Amino acid sequence: MTVPAHHQNDSSNTPLVVLHGLRFVRGDRVIFDDVNLTIPRGRVTAIMGPSGTGKTTLLRLIGGQLVPDAGRIEVDGLDVHKLGRRELFELRKRMGMLFQAGALLTDLDVFENVAFPLREHTQLPESMIRDLVLLKLEAVGLRGARDLMPAQLSGGMARRVALARAIALDPMMVMYDEPFTGQDPISLGVLARLVRSLNDSLGLTSLVVSHDVQKTCVIADYVYLIAEGRVVGEGTPEQMHTSPSAWVQQFMHANVEGPVPFHYPALDLATDLMGDEM
Amino acid sequence: MIGDWFAARGRRVLEILVRLGRAHILLYYVLLALPSSVRLFREIVRQIHSVGVRSLVIIIVSGLFVGMVLSLQGYNTLVHFGATQSLGVLVALSLVRELGPVVSALLYGGRAGSALAAEIGLMKATEQLSGMEMMAVDPIERVVAPRFVAGVLAMPLLAAIFSAVGVLGGYFVAVGLLGLDEGAFWSQMQGKVDFHEDIGNGILKSVVFGFVSTWIALFQGYDAVPTAEGVSLATTRTVVHTALAVLALDFVLTALMFNKV
Repeated sequence: MTVPAHHQNDSSNTPLVVLHGLRFVRGDRVIFDDVNLTIPRGRVTAIMGPSGTGKTTLLRLIGGQLVPDAGRIEVDGLDVHKLGRRELFELRKRMGMLFQAGALLTDLDVFENVAFPLREHTQLPESMIRDLVLLKLEAVGLRGARDLMPAQLSGGMARRVALARAIALDPMMVMYDEPFTGQDPISLGVLARLVRSLNDSLGLTSLVVSHDVQKTCVIADYVYLIAEGRVVGEGTPEQMHTSPSAWVQQFMHANVEGPVPFHYPALDLATDLMGDEM
Repeated sequence: MIGDWFAARGRRVLEILVRLGRAHILLYYVLLALPSSVRLFREIVRQIHSVGVRSLVIIIVSGLFVGMVLSLQGYNTLVHFGATQSLGVLVALSLVRELGPVVSALLYGGRAGSALAAEIGLMKATEQLSGMEMMAVDPIERVVAPRFVAGVLAMPLLAAIFSAVGVLGGYFVAVGLLGLDEGAFWSQMQGKVDFHEDIGNGILKSVVFGFVSTWIALFQGYDAVPTAEGVSLATTRTVVHTALAVLALDFVLTALMFNKV
């Protein structure tokens, strides 16, 4: 497969996504506080962290669906939150996103779901749309499922169709929101291999948000670990496994004890049982 | 204690005002998106089928029975005054001025409005709307606006069908069951029902009801908390708010249209 024209300057050393001092608050809760990270072009970068640390929120911030309280996010040199609506939509055409449950349009079949962005954003003739959709479905191994409705697909198949749709417009990057959650081992392996192979064959930049240490470390080139609203560790998967950081150790080795407490904050047990707080 | 009570009431009022504000913002964006959503002609037709054609059974059956009951009740009253020949007028005016637009709007809210709210609420809960946004497709233009156009177009047609079927129901009872003169039934109706004053105002009412009830349904769905409970609340609110809005607006419109004082 040929590398699309807009990927051919990928050799430039400028990172594709840069987060500068990102701060995001929801209600009283600080989700991110002074987060800085860079996503290099052409690589698979993983953002990992315990559940509830705002990993999905981070993708929505990068996609411009949420606005940070402070700091800035640059994608391909553009400050996402300073763009007008039209410019933001133009940028999004170059960013694919795979949602956790696929987010397929339930009233359209598989073929039409993949054709959706092509029909919305291009004036291609029907025959070319058909060819493109079949090629994208072939890339995820689901060309034969083109006539099925989303309700007839398994969770893993739905994600693969959503992946075909995410790459329909040949984007420069794809963001994956928890692609491995709730998958059987076969489907997990298929998805992981797809993320890596599509990244390499299409010259994409991939950003994978996940808490699946095993699978993510196999496909990622670089890993950021986020907890309590900040980056608590980063490095290649090998560096992460040997990191002395208590955060990284607990997360990478699934330890029960560590900086992330087992107990939700509460009064001490004796006080609570005696009802002294009343 | 009293301070807390007032604070709670105040918060509630503020919440309502905020929701009203959001509803108007959504309406503003929907109206703004109307010109570009015209290109989605097929989608609009599909939605007219969904909210209009699929509501036909309930509209026709209800219209038939409402017309039959009107005829029976009207006869029982008119017979005391020897004015049973005016039964056709009574049935027709009741239907085209009031019951046609109002009852069909209530039925529309319960059948099509709740379905619209649930559909959009579920699309939000399953991230389909977010997915569209990330594909650089505006969900208001692609999802909400075509449904709005469909609702506003379908509602007057449903009301017209309701009234027409109701008149037929009234006719069956009056002529078939009560033995009234067929000629008197139709000729009185023809003579006393004015096209602009009665039918025109009835159609205008149903357009207003279609606008408001579709707006309520779309807003409730679009603003729903993206959980099972949130979608359930959105559908309930759609039916309740539609009923209240239609009945209140009916009073205002009737006062403006038919008040001869």
